[in-house]
Amino acid sequence: MSEQQAAPVLRIDGVHKWFGDTPVLRGIDIEVAQHEVVVLIGASGSGKSTLLKTINLLEPVDDGRIFLGETDITDPRVDADRIRGRIGVVFQHYNLFPHMHVLDNVTLASRKVFGVKRAVAEQRGRELLERIGLADKARDYPDRLSGGQQQRVAIARAIATDPEVLLLDEITSALDPQLVGEVLDLVRELKAGGSTMLMATHEMSFARRVADRVIFLKDGRIVESGTPQQIFDAPREPETREFLARLQDPLA
Amino acid sequence: MPAPERPALERPAPSAVELDRRAFRRRQGGRSIAVSIGSTIVFAVLIGVGLVNSPGWADVQRSFFDLETAVEAFPSVIEGLWLNIQVLFFAAIGVAVLGSLLAIARTLRGPIFTPLRFAAAIYTDLFRGIPLLLVLYLVGFGLPGLDLFGRVPAQVWGTIALILTYSAYVSEVLRAGIEAVHPSQRLASRSLGLGYAKTLRLVVLPQAVRRVTPALMNDFVSMQKDVGLISVLGAVDAIRAAQIEVAASYNFTPYVLAGILFIALSWPMIRLTDWYTARAQRREQIGGSV
Ligand SMILES: Nc1ncnc2c1ncn2[C@@H]1O[C@H](COP(=O)(O)OP(=O)(O)OP(=O)(O)O)[C@@H](O)[C@H]1O
Ligand SMILES: [Mg+2]
Repeated sequence: MSEQQAAPVLRIDGVHKWFGDTPVLRGIDIEVAQHEVVVLIGASGSGKSTLLKTINLLEPVDDGRIFLGETDITDPRVDADRIRGRIGVVFQHYNLFPHMHVLDNVTLASRKVFGVKRAVAEQRGRELLERIGLADKARDYPDRLSGGQQQRVAIARAIATDPEVLLLDEITSALDPQLVGEVLDLVRELKAGGSTMLMATHEMSFARRVADRVIFLKDGRIVESGTPQQIFDAPREPETREFLARLQDPLA
Repeated sequence: MPAPERPALERPAPSAVELDRRAFRRRQGGRSIAVSIGSTIVFAVLIGVGLVNSPGWADVQRSFFDLETAVEAFPSVIEGLWLNIQVLFFAAIGVAVLGSLLAIARTLRGPIFTPLRFAAAIYTDLFRGIPLLLVLYLVGFGLPGLDLFGRVPAQVWGTIALILTYSAYVSEVLRAGIEAVHPSQRLASRSLGLGYAKTLRLVVLPQAVRRVTPALMNDFVSMQKDVGLISVLGAVDAIRAAQIEVAASYNFTPYVLAGILFIALSWPMIRLTDWYTARAQRREQIGGSV
């Protein structure tokens, strides 16, 4: 059991990414262990979203490798759709499918990627909706829900197929402050349930509460990583200190 | 665990202000119905009186609106209409299939598909440019001339010509719909592990079709009328049957009859789509009165 936990679920190994002549990721190394929650912080444009996209094979890497479990997913011979099926993703703007009701949104991947029977998938989907407190919205269409509810459905959709790792990209930045809480509560509950997560966020208070490890990215490089206490209360690098100071007082 | 949604509360009795507002809306609703009924009646009467009192009315009535001729022509015209319906049925299926394929071909990305994209573009440009009548002649008289197909009834050639022309129009409408679906929808679908084809079929196309349903229906109704053109190939459809009756009776009533039947044919389809779009809109979009 302990050996299994030692093997990382996700291993990012020297990843580089360029957009044209601009380097966006410059040698990123990250390991995410099972049940671990790793939070990426960093200024806008530091490469957080790009990193998450390379993991989900939405952007090809220009160098380095990414392993999901034992599989090198940057190998061009892998079946990208299979890999994406093993990874859950939640976007900033939810991206629910507006022409399907909530339950169909949540069960689509089970039914159409994994071939689960509709009745079975819906049973599981309803349990999930129950868990996120939206059981009564199963037959509603996404546009009828509040932003916070939509984002919770998007999370349910991402975890419906038990992905090995969950990628969350600023999932609260499109939400009103009141709605942020309900989404963050759900993420904490997922953490308690043992989900492995890699997320980008601007919510430092949340990062502090939920992260096992915080990674500070600047200009496509990892400047510093450590426990939340270490990063937020005793940052070692001057760049980290500057970034955090700016967050305290944006006009500084 | 997020708090469960609030339970439905008992709705309190409306206040005096609200009751007053409701009464006002009711009165106004009643008044506007009365006005619209009244104006419609006045309008219809005016047209009716104008027609009946025109000097040539008696002649026109005799040669265009003769009940006896209509009754006599009815069986053969309706039999012809049945052929129109059959042609329409197969043409609609053909157009849906070929139109979708063309639209998809035009939206494929990547260099491998360049020839396909190019061929589809040429096809749509070509067939939107040629008048349907010409396509009918070329297909209906040209292809049989090749002596490759044995004896094929005229309506089959007519169906093929309709499919060729209308799939060009429909593919352009569908393409516009496909391109209007936001790329983040594809992204979300691919992230779930759905492949290109499944994403297209389950996520992109349903949204695309919904966006362009009114335009598609327009094309469908237009095709419904153009089905009558297969009569130029000698197929005995409603128009051709009416023509035969006209020649026999020296009376134009069968044409009017055919016209009425064509309207009757398209009407349910128009209402059905209006209803369907309205329902989809109600369900999937946030309500609002403006
Ligand atoms: N498709 C693209 N083409 C060209 N440049 C891109 C593309 N996507 C991202 N970039 C650039 O890559 C850099 C990193 O972008 P990224 O979205 O990863 O930043 P981020 O850390 O997620 O920022 P934010 O916190 O604002 O979301 C930016 O400079 C951006 O302009
Ligand atoms: Mg980002």
